[in-house]
Amino acid sequence: MRYSRRGAVALGLAAALIALPACSSSANDDGGSSGSSDTEVEVFSWWAGPGEKEGLEAMIADFAKKNSGIKFNNAAVAGGAGTNAKTVLATRLQAKNPPDSYQVHAGLELASDIQAGYVEDITYLYDQEGWKEKFPKGLVDAITVDGKIYSVPVNIHRSNLLWFNPATLQKAGISAPPKTWDEFLTQAATLKSKNITALSIGPGWTQEHLLENVLLGELGTDKYTGLWNGSTDWKSAEVTATLTKYTKILGFSDLKSAAADWQPALDKVVDGTAAYNVMGDWADGYLKGAKALKFKTGYDVVASPGSEGVYNFLSDSFTLPVGAPHKGAAEKWLVECGSIEGQDAFNPQKGSVPARVDADKSKYTDYLATALAEWQNPATKIVGSLAHGVVANNAFKGEIDTALQIFVQDSDVAKFADAVAKAYAANK
Amino acid sequence: MPRTSSRARRRLRAWGPGLLLVSPSLILLGIFVYGFLGWNIRVSFTSWRGQTPVYDWVGTRNYTELFDNERFQIDVRNLAVFTVVFIGGSLLLGFLMAMLLEKGVRFEAFFRSVFLFPMAISFIATAIIWRWLLNNGSGPSTAGLNKLFDNIGLGFLFSDWHKTPSSWAIAAIALPAGWALSGYVMALFLAGLRAVPEELKEAARVDGAPERKVFWHVVRPMLLPVLMSAVVILAHISMKTFDLFYAIDQGNLRIDTPALYMWFTTFQPGFFARGATIATLLLFGIAAVIVPYIWWSVRTERRK
Repeated sequence: MRYSRRGAVALGLAAALIALPACSSSANDDGGSSGSSDTEVEVFSWWAGPGEKEGLEAMIADFAKKNSGIKFNNAAVAGGAGTNAKTVLATRLQAKNPPDSYQVHAGLELASDIQAGYVEDITYLYDQEGWKEKFPKGLVDAITVDGKIYSVPVNIHRSNLLWFNPATLQKAGISAPPKTWDEFLTQAATLKSKNITALSIGPGWTQEHLLENVLLGELGTDKYTGLWNGSTDWKSAEVTATLTKYTKILGFSDLKSAAADWQPALDKVVDGTAAYNVMGDWADGYLKGAKALKFKTGYDVVASPGSEGVYNFLSDSFTLPVGAPHKGAAEKWLVECGSIEGQDAFNPQKGSVPARVDADKSKYTDYLATALAEWQNPATKIVGSLAHGVVANNAFKGEIDTALQIFVQDSDVAKFADAVAKAYAANK
Repeated sequence: MPRTSSRARRRLRAWGPGLLLVSPSLILLGIFVYGFLGWNIRVSFTSWRGQTPVYDWVGTRNYTELFDNERFQIDVRNLAVFTVVFIGGSLLLGFLMAMLLEKGVRFEAFFRSVFLFPMAISFIATAIIWRWLLNNGSGPSTAGLNKLFDNIGLGFLFSDWHKTPSSWAIAAIALPAGWALSGYVMALFLAGLRAVPEELKEAARVDGAPERKVFWHVVRPMLLPVLMSAVVILAHISMKTFDLFYAIDQGNLRIDTPALYMWFTTFQPGFFARGATIATLLLFGIAAVIVPYIWWSVRTERRK
């Protein structure tokens, strides 16, 4: 009897407190405007790996030169191409404890944050700095939501690239990298007979990265774009055939002993145990910087099979969160991100091209020189990346992630297509 | 009237100081354990998706959807396999080590510490080491345990570990988990074995019982409470383990568990209601193990 009464008291207490967390989020100070308190700025990113880290540091150095009074707090979270960082960020934003600025992929990845009112409209910075003329129109359109802009793109990355080591191809008697995925499969059989893995692969997101470029190479730009806006049917014969081809391509990869991250997957190409790797152009910064290899002799790159003349883009951008503790300093950071000096300091290190059209071309050599020329070529077709948050919102992408993890194991094409089609309908 | 008030005062005097003493921890537990627990269950009945909290009511829709969800089905199966192999392995290994020490080994204190140390290492660090030990590269990139097998002429033992296509792949993760916790089980059993009074064993021996029978009829029944607590501790660790799987291999559904799915589906795509549903089911899974244990131990305490 005594026990149960005490229990009832405890239960009642607990029940009363359940209501508490639900109503505690109303208090939210407005972050304050720029003033004497802006002596530091906390910038949140996932740039902690080789190549990207050096790029960020170069931009920070330029920022410090222009803003000597502001202490820079680099809140980078490592791992998983940003997946770890995004988790940390989501909890911070919900707790109304935002950093002063955070990194996000330009495109639909930011959609849920805009919807939740987590980021400020920074169109005024675009007007103030004249950025609308400095960034290509296509890019500005892609990041404008209902006439407002919420982020500053620092760079443009290309996803559809096939990396290889010329020495390995020579050894295997292959004269040139494949132009189509069918040609790749033919070469893969030759490579297999010579005990070379045709394609190295890494964790889940690199498998998705491969999938988007197989889809792009086989379906072409219009149908590829249609996959993300509902105009291409995932269950059509053409998509089914492509997905079947994807399973064949994976069959020639080292999926069974896949590397833990994208860098070790590239290492296999460098040391010659694997011939090809499909990865974005951040690989250039890694191969040139951390691995100290020479472009064209130590490593080389072509557009992934079937995607010549197409730029499958993704862009890293920075935001101004609502309630940023040091708003004035954060604005200065964003100005740095959009500045010609900032972009030219960052991009050569990171292995990407600047979003600005007036960047100093002489700073971009080797791979980046050709990439910049292609990005600025009006004939180049531009599509957005799936694995890097441009074309699918977080919910749709999350469901594709899971469906793909099942797909790479059971190779059930019909089931995968059906799951993706359903996920699109539920989350568009 | 004065009678009741004096009774209330007496009761307050008896209860008051004690209640006052425990109230801070009671309030903190109420908020940070039971409050959030209740809130999580509440969220599991909403349609909350994306960054903005939604507190509507959709009934058990999240639960029925989850039971039809292929990834969740894989996860539950994985967890069952892992739990059985991990608990069985740890108990067996822990018990064997305890028996060996009990038989009187030289440098017992040294071995006891050696067996116990892996538990002091965080699961993340354990996972990083075992990620390398369980590497399944072949040919020139052979590494870890496979390399060791190769070097001592046991190359035929080569295994793909957790990357094998078999649906038992997750059993390989019981190796690092068991490595970490069997020392703890050993300590439990050792304490249990030492607690058996020597007189009881002596009495049985005087009556002419062989050692085997002394163990079976005298020592074994007295180890039952230890076995029960070991099973309960291991079972709840197995259900909530996250970091070990997360750090060993990401995006490998063969070692995916409900705890991982809960985290991945909540924080990246923003399926908060689905994540809360998985968390609630995990809670009830753990409660299903722990509540009977508490009930059983309270009852046996009372009987004493």
